Amino acid sequence: MSQVVFTKTNMLTDAITHYCPGCGHGIVHRLVAESIEELGMNDRAVGISPVGCAVFAYRYFNCDNQVALHGRAPAVATGIKRVSPEAIVFTYQGDGDLASIGNAEVNHAAARGEKFVTILVNNGIYGMTGGQMAPTTLIGQKATTSPQGRSVERAGFPMKVAEMIATHEGVQFCERVAVNNTANILKAKKAIKKAFQNQVDGKGFNFIEVLSTCPTNWGLDAIESMKWVEEKMIPYYPLGVLKDKDQEAK
Amino acid sequence: MPHIKVDAEICKGCGLCVRACPKKILRLSPTVLNQKGYNPAECVDQSQCTACRSCALTCPDVAITVYKD
Repeated sequence: MSQVVFTKTNMLTDAITHYCPGCGHGIVHRLVAESIEELGMNDRAVGISPVGCAVFAYRYFNCDNQVALHGRAPAVATGIKRVSPEAIVFTYQGDGDLASIGNAEVNHAAARGEKFVTILVNNGIYGMTGGQMAPTTLIGQKATTSPQGRSVERAGFPMKVAEMIATHEGVQFCERVAVNNTANILKAKKAIKKAFQNQVDGKGFNFIEVLSTCPTNWGLDAIESMKWVEEKMIPYYPLGVLKDKDQEAK
Repeated sequence: MPHIKVDAEICKGCGLCVRACPKKILRLSPTVLNQKGYNPAECVDQSQCTACRSCALTCPDVAITVYKD
């Protein structure tokens, strides 16, 4: 009798995702779902879907879900968590959603120390709307609204969201991870699980930024995209823990 | 014996598992097309599989199940 050492978690539905081949969203979905299941929180989990490619996340997570207006997921999560403190609430947002139109909501949620988890999937571009420049688009990176590459004179510098969030006093845990190879995926899983564990323990705002890919809008294939994350994104967006109150307390 | 199963209908043929496999025993099928028109991944030599899970951990569509023994 064969022993199964890896299979799909029950926290993911059987629906085939609408994501493009090689898109990092699928990996991040799995990491979030597995973390919740391993903590035994399937029945208590409530996800907040963003506007962006992940807007259909409610089809893929096997838990209660609410789609929020563009960028407002942390505000909706605040309401749900305050009304139902026993719920394990997470927002799942892209960089176009969180870093641009939703910048105020996530910063204020962090400053207030709201007790939920926010997952930021940073692929440096607006995916769903067709590859426009995002606040996180790298200098020189081509997008449909920066066909010559992002210029500092016109568009300024890419926003380092995790660093910004880590400055708030209400933040319990803030880390930047990537899903560009197996080792980093394992580290990302550890970080996401820790964030959810913190919430189970009733500790403040937990923020995980995941460097991901957009093969379609970057004009690369899946494997080249993962290399691009390693060569271009990680040097500008360094990986690691930016804030951990547990460590500070020691 | 350690081995993997790829759900050919879920696989989108992105090739990330092919890159992740340390034994280099995965490839995108040159002959099979699934319903969506992708060439799904397949294992060419299950006898070399060590059930390390690298392919499954990398798969964005959770199309791979890994078995040990």
